[in-house]
Amino acid sequence: MAEKNITVTLRVWRQANAKAKGEFKDYKVTSTTDTSFLETLDILNEDLVSKGEEPITFDHDCREGICGMCSLYINGHPHGPATLATTCQLYMRRFKDGEVITVEPWRSAAFPVIKDLMVDRNAFDKIQQAGGYVSFNCGGAQDANAIPIPKEKADLAMDAATCVGCGACVAACKNGSAMLFVSAKVSQFALLPQGKAEAARRAKAMVAKMDELGFGNCTNTRACEAECPKGISISNIARLNREFLVAKLKD
Amino acid sequence: MSIIDSKIPEGPVAEKWTNYKAHQKLVNPANKRKLDIIVVGTGLAGASAASTLAEMGFNVLNFCIQDSPRRAHSIAAQGGINAAKNYQNDGDSVYRLFYDTVKGGDYRAREANVYRLAEVSNNIIDQCVAQGVPFAREYGGLLANRSFGGAQVSRTFYAKGQTGQQLLLGAYSSLNRQIQAGKVKSYNRYEMHDVVMIDGRARGIIAKNLVTGKFERFAAHAVVIATGGYGNTYFLSTNAMACNCSAAIAAYRKGAYFANPSYVQIHPTCIPVHGDKQSKLTLMSESLRNDGRIWVPKNIEDAKALQAGTKKGSDIPEEDRDYYLERRYPAFGNLVPRDVASRAAKERCDKGYGVNNTGLAVFLDFSEAINRLGIDVVRQRYGNLFDMYEEITDVNPGELAKEINGVKYYNPMMIFPAIHYTMGGIWVDYELQTSVKGLFAIGECNFSDHGANRLGASALMQGLADGYFVLPYTIQNYLSDQITVPRFSTDAPEFIETEKACIEAQKALLKNPKGKDGKSVDSIHKELGHIMWEYVGMGRNKAGLEKALVELKRVRKEFEEELFVPGVEEGMNNELDKAFRLKDFILMGELIANDALHREESCGGHFREEHQTEEGEAKRNDENFFYVGCWNYQGDDDKAPELIKEPLVYEAIKVQTRNYKN
Amino acid sequence: MSGIFQSSIGRKLVMSITGLFLVLFLLFHMSMNLVAAFSGPAYNAVCEFLGTNWYALAATAVLALGFVFHIIYAFILTIRNRKARGNNSYAVTAKPKNVEWASQNMLVLGIIVVVGIGLHLAHFWYKMMFAELAGMENQFGATDGAAWITYWFGQPAVAAVYVVWLVALWFHLTHGFWSAIQTLGWNNNIWIERWECISKIFATVVCAGFIIVVLGFALGIFPMFNSPVCGA
Repeated sequence: MAEKNITVTLRVWRQANAKAKGEFKDYKVTSTTDTSFLETLDILNEDLVSKGEEPITFDHDCREGICGMCSLYINGHPHGPATLATTCQLYMRRFKDGEVITVEPWRSAAFPVIKDLMVDRNAFDKIQQAGGYVSFNCGGAQDANAIPIPKEKADLAMDAATCVGCGACVAACKNGSAMLFVSAKVSQFALLPQGKAEAARRAKAMVAKMDELGFGNCTNTRACEAECPKGISISNIARLNREFLVAKLKD
Repeated sequence: MSIIDSKIPEGPVAEKWTNYKAHQKLVNPANKRKLDIIVVGTGLAGASAASTLAEMGFNVLNFCIQDSPRRAHSIAAQGGINAAKNYQNDGDSVYRLFYDTVKGGDYRAREANVYRLAEVSNNIIDQCVAQGVPFAREYGGLLANRSFGGAQVSRTFYAKGQTGQQLLLGAYSSLNRQIQAGKVKSYNRYEMHDVVMIDGRARGIIAKNLVTGKFERFAAHAVVIATGGYGNTYFLSTNAMACNCSAAIAAYRKGAYFANPSYVQIHPTCIPVHGDKQSKLTLMSESLRNDGRIWVPKNIEDAKALQAGTKKGSDIPEEDRDYYLERRYPAFGNLVPRDVASRAAKERCDKGYGVNNTGLAVFLDFSEAINRLGIDVVRQRYGNLFDMYEEITDVNPGELAKEINGVKYYNPMMIFPAIHYTMGGIWVDYELQTSVKGLFAIGECNFSDHGANRLGASALMQGLADGYFVLPYTIQNYLSDQITVPRFSTDAPEFIETEKACIEAQKALLKNPKGKDGKSVDSIHKELGHIMWEYVGMGRNKAGLEKALVELKRVRKEFEEELFVPGVEEGMNNELDKAFRLKDFILMGELIANDALHREESCGGHFREEHQTEEGEAKRNDENFFYVGCWNYQGDDDKAPELIKEPLVYEAIKVQTRNYKN
Repeated sequence: MSGIFQSSIGRKLVMSITGLFLVLFLLFHMSMNLVAAFSGPAYNAVCEFLGTNWYALAATAVLALGFVFHIIYAFILTIRNRKARGNNSYAVTAKPKNVEWASQNMLVLGIIVVVGIGLHLAHFWYKMMFAELAGMENQFGATDGAAWITYWFGQPAVAAVYVVWLVALWFHLTHGFWSAIQTLGWNNNIWIERWECISKIFATVVCAGFIIVVLGFALGIFPMFNSPVCGA
């Protein structure tokens, strides 16, 4: 399809800092259908700077859908209307000329707003620190092919490990639950022989940290899975439940 | 003129690393606890170094510019990581990996470093598997491999098209374990601004807390920078938006030599630029060249029709296609190294055979592979890349477009070279120490292993080699006599002074001499990028480079006199932070241009149009330029830097003309 | 086991197990109701058997306890989830595809179900089991369940309320059943869709069983036979 100009109204959440009260502001911006959504925000920001106003703050980095830095709740969807794509992979051809596009930050008690559309996702790091690793020191590894791992298991582990830690699952969940994120990491290691040894300890520690940080409880609505830019399945949540319950029952 | 000591150990190349480890000085466990190390950056090199140093018992302070260590741009590496495991029994060995890397680097790398890299490559794979990195496997449960540019063996380990992500998450998991253990203190959304020097040694850094907007002081016994490359000097590149060279430039201003800045890698398979509003270029993995064939039309009329939009790629039948890589380089075909593939694309486009409206694109075609293997197999291999391409361009490369004379033609992708990686970087010796005592540089940030061109799947290898297996040893040789040095107070005058300089630099950026009528950071950065791409890009010549240096001076002036930065010092101010980085990008641009101008030869990523063969291949000048060009800062951005040469000594490999034809 | 019920998954486990227990009860209750569709005396015989013997009483107590836990935990979880969501809500929300409406409205559906149960208890349990225990007397007596059924469902308004209640129950079950299985961890990529399907079939069978009886009596079709089937 040929590239066309497109003018939209961006209704953007502006909030000066964590403590300030935020509000929506409308901005008209002209972009093209082949331009990405974030580039359209760049265009708007250039425009704001030229008027002497402060540009909109939003998280973004790799702009190719892998770093997990970009967020944004666009027209009611984390990462916007495209499926299996992050905000940085969203192109303006998805929108109609003249459309009003509402852009909000992730909303979750565990992800407080830092400024405008930027939120603090440090809670995810803390959960990983609680147990998202194999306890193993560099230098002591055996040969990489010493333990064969069935392809199916390796592929399942890979599917789980694809999580980019963007937080869309929490943003999408009406309960603000981080179960999809936690289950993806627990699953990756539970499926591999390397992670088996401390699987029980890991599941307990990560769930405990998740609870402590104020994430909600999973009620299996599947919204996380539907909005996950990497298509992480909730079968991982079932696996986490299993790992956790078995571990707890053994205690 | 300063003298350079690269501290290469004695002995034959294959024994140097073993000898080094056998004789280097170590720090005992009780003393490790007394020593602090700052690691700036959390990419493959930074995260692996921070976690390994902490595992050994050192106290580590680890900084990252993003909201989490996991976001570092290593995460975006798609294709894979090389190792000389020879699991495929195709004749691979440490020597062959070493040889391929040196040859791929156009004989401009330091031999001893590359050999060490090839040696530890196998340990990296073992380490990552033990960490739980889910590499691709065969049905038998053993690891799978694929081939990559510049090699005739299958030695690349991969995890779908997300190898960098998986390796980085592996390193991040080890890092998390050490953060939990209290051995690593992690500082997120911090940006390093300067190195603090006490008595001629690096003893700390000044970093800005990007959320509060405040500068903070951090002291340590040694400082390691692992802050990646300087590709974003060109504004448009495949680097992430936050990638910058400010930490490296800060080190350079403090006396660390900058080596080979002109060696910039231009990746042949990126999605072409589509307009002037673009902020970032997207890479399509090099692995696509395993099955994709690169071509332009044979006939100029067809090219013109493609440029005018009256024809599509699939309208051009097989016999009218020019698979120019296969034609020019029969032995390696579509898998020639990146610099060769990029230049060949530029050559065709310069001659008018470009295939999109700007004339700056070539085709990458999967018709032959789909006809041979079936769409399912091809999609299994590259499906996610096809989807990514479709999302961006609205064209599905797996879609049947036309059938001519019984041959099925699928939509080809359009690709064009783009800035991707920088082989040049902070000069380091064999121990990865810069010319400043106590200051180390690892990963893409240093210059050491790739010579003038990096092979695919070698960046991940180098980052992890430096972080897991090299630096944690070599840094001890430096720290062993630091055990009696007590912790420095961040109230020392050196810290206060350096911080003051940072605060003043910040104030200067907010002066806004022309108010809001001035120019935005991005608009000046775009100007810089245009100059760099035009005159210091894929093809360089004397006149162009001289023009670039004049233009860069003008840009610097514009930056000083017309920059407009909205907002205030306090709190988060992205524009202000970008302005800091731009200032350093401009200096970096001058460094690249200066180095490119002085290097009167073509090698790897540095192509001087004056120095090519009749067939258009790069012509090296080993007689005069067989050295590492190191630039020494002269105390002022306006002063031309001093050139210092580290001669290259090749003992194991015979220096030849690079040949990928037969 | 330490602290299992203080964890988020542990709390969900309570919902899951009590929920599955209630699901079993519903299946049993529905089967029993079907008897009434055929024969009043046969139904009364079942009622009598389940009257005031100690097993039945104990089972009723356990059942009530299950209900109470299910409801209390529903509220605990909802309060926690609201808190986790934060104070600011989204200005625009859209329901993603594949997300069932029921799954996001379990509390509301649950409340409708509870109100329905209250009504139902007043209509039957209070008049029968409770009356028998308390020695109260009423118009049809404590053991003539069939008469009570005919009496209540013969009133179109009552029948309509019951149908609304059962539809809410259907929605609640379509999500609740597989969700309980998922919480227990008995799920994977293949079984996810299967369990969801089984969940829908099960909810439909149970609710249809109930609704048929209500409508049958409302329309005067049931009971189909007026004397015990076996001629006892």
